[in-house]
Amino acid sequence: MEITMIYYLIPSLIMFCCGVYGFITRKNMIAMLISLELMLNAVDINFVVFNRYLYPEAMEGMFFTLFAIAIAAAETALAIAIIINVFRAAKNIDVAHLTQMKH
Amino acid sequence: MEATIPVLILAIPLFMFLFLGLLGKFMSHKWAGILGTAGMGVTLILAYFTAFTYFFSGSSEFISEAGQRLQYLVFNVDWLQFTDNLVIRLGFLLDPISAMMLVVITTISFMVHLYSNGYMRDHHGVWETGFQRFYAFLSLFSFSMLGLVVATNIFQMYIFWELVGASSYLLIGFYYTKPSAVSASKKAFIVTRFADLGFLIGILVLSFYTGTFNFTDLTSVAVAGAENVYSVSANTAEGVFNIFQNEAAAGFMGCSVMTWALVLIFMGGMGKSAMMPLHIWLPDAMEGPTPVSALIHAATMVVAGVYLVARLFPLFIINADHGGAALEVVTWVGAITALYAAMVACAQIDIKRVLAFSTISQIAFMMVSLGVATTGEAGHHGLGYMASMFHLFTHAMFKALLFLGAGALIHAIGSNDYTEMHGLRKYMPVTHITFLIGCLAIAGIIPFSGFFSKDEILSSCLGNSTVVYIWMSLVAGLTAFYMFRLYYLIFWWKEHKVREGHHAPHDQPWTMTLPLIILAAISVVAGFIPFGNLVSWNGEPYDFMAHFDWSVAAVSLAIAIIAIVIATVMYRKENPLPAKLKNAMPALWRWAHHRFYWDELYYFITHKIIFNGICRPIAWFDRHIIDGTMDSFASMTQKASFAIRGLQSGNIQMYVWVYLIGALLLGGITAVILLV
Repeated sequence: MEITMIYYLIPSLIMFCCGVYGFITRKNMIAMLISLELMLNAVDINFVVFNRYLYPEAMEGMFFTLFAIAIAAAETALAIAIIINVFRAAKNIDVAHLTQMKH
Repeated sequence: MEATIPVLILAIPLFMFLFLGLLGKFMSHKWAGILGTAGMGVTLILAYFTAFTYFFSGSSEFISEAGQRLQYLVFNVDWLQFTDNLVIRLGFLLDPISAMMLVVITTISFMVHLYSNGYMRDHHGVWETGFQRFYAFLSLFSFSMLGLVVATNIFQMYIFWELVGASSYLLIGFYYTKPSAVSASKKAFIVTRFADLGFLIGILVLSFYTGTFNFTDLTSVAVAGAENVYSVSANTAEGVFNIFQNEAAAGFMGCSVMTWALVLIFMGGMGKSAMMPLHIWLPDAMEGPTPVSALIHAATMVVAGVYLVARLFPLFIINADHGGAALEVVTWVGAITALYAAMVACAQIDIKRVLAFSTISQIAFMMVSLGVATTGEAGHHGLGYMASMFHLFTHAMFKALLFLGAGALIHAIGSNDYTEMHGLRKYMPVTHITFLIGCLAIAGIIPFSGFFSKDEILSSCLGNSTVVYIWMSLVAGLTAFYMFRLYYLIFWWKEHKVREGHHAPHDQPWTMTLPLIILAAISVVAGFIPFGNLVSWNGEPYDFMAHFDWSVAAVSLAIAIIAIVIATVMYRKENPLPAKLKNAMPALWRWAHHRFYWDELYYFITHKIIFNGICRPIAWFDRHIIDGTMDSFASMTQKASFAIRGLQSGNIQMYVWVYLIGALLLGGITAVILLV
């Protein structure tokens, strides 16, 4: 059996949809952050797969993925810093209650 | 002639203005006064030197071999060059009238500077607030007025014309905490600005056709041998007339364009010189400090209109010789104003108002004198012009004297009202004698200066028209009457009652009495100056004693004496005659007392007609249409924002939903478009 592109893209799609579902439904900010990471990783898989199957002679997709991983790490660090500060201020990280900055 | 001294005449007052204006508050009141006075004193010496050099040096720059005085340009620099032909210059023109005005302005200004050292303090010698500012403004005024009289072209004159208006505004409103002074200063500025609109249009019309602003080009018709001094273009006054004949022969509304130009320029003069119907600002201008009234509103600035007509006199004469009506307008505006102001002056209570109306009346005399001047045999070769300038000179001296005397009285009594004065002759002998000399001079009693100048005006009127002569003789009689009415009511009438808690009034310090004495001395002797040799319309010496008409002199003297006798009978001692006379003609008295309701008429026209009829609709349009459009843009934006701000719920997961649905929709639409 030849493993085609679709075998990678279906799990990636499932991963992305899980991420979206989690981001919308979970009220805990940490859980939302994890969902976000899931979406990012799904996208990374797509990059690698498209690069590997469509343009095997090029490396841009791989490098882009490496960049995305590095930036995702930095972003996570930042997000966690914000969450910690929000928790200190509000004693709570439930987004349903953090609506003071509306309007 | 070197340009250094003439430049300094202008530069010193300007420097004193900047110096006292910027640094005044860092120096003591006393030193500000001394410096201001000293600066004016130096200017006085330089101006006298310049004028005497011009009149008496006999240099060929100033006087031709035939004895005709020349116009001499000390310097004339290009200031604004717009095109090759359109150049605005600034310069210094010396000719008989500007040299005479240099003497008049610096003399009066110096006296007023000196006098203000005493006047601008209270009885305990405490200086008024803003004393330094007062001296700064006085210097600014002196600078502007000197610049006006030496202007080499009509545009420079207009610039300084506005500057004197602005400094007059500043000085009338000197007591800016007093509402009446503030409104008086605004009134003066607005009325004269309105008149200056006519002046500006006149300048534009005149210069559009002639292509020049220069006085020497416009009016050099009579000055023979002038090519020694400056390059004369073809535009002599006769040439100016021909230009108008050729290019604008059609005229406008039945008058030639040149007549229109001159009448419009005269309108500017009417505003500055308070001729009817633009006289209403001058009585109110008396809200300013009294030395200011003496300097600006009696002696110098208000005669700028007369000076303007005199400056352009060759054009007026050429216009009149060819049937133009410009000089007749000058004559009749002057004649009507003279009579009106004299009548009003008879019924005023405030002594400064009496003097203000007297000033209007006397300036109107000068205007009439210019208006009736003709160059032919009947007009005694421009006697009217010479008489007008002579009267300008003598009037400046004795009217400044009267105003400064009134200032001394007001300072001593603390009121402008003669009903608070009465019987002051024993208390203030110096003021009394000098004031009497001023009254005798203005009434035209020989040998005081007013006699000579007024007599020449009347002779000139007789040479032109008997109607004007009789009219002006009547006004001269009224002048004598109201001045002596004022004199008797201040110094005689009844014993002075010293108000409780007040000192008895007394003569003022030497800084105030010395100017009175000097001006009184000038008023006594100024009539004997051989004025005709110095000032005449075409620069040729003019022996007025040869034209002196003793019958006119006798008649005018008789009228003046009769008027004084009537005033003496009525007002020397307290008696019921004035009240009886007032009750005999209640309507006339009431109209005269209310200045013939001119202010009310203006009030009606401006407030009822212009404000209600024009300004209110315009204001409504501005508020509702223009502002309304702009406001509705703003309020629509605001309403829309309120309507949609509920979407900003703060619930982050709702945003994600919205984003997700939007993204899916967009993706769907794109897919549909691509597939179809």
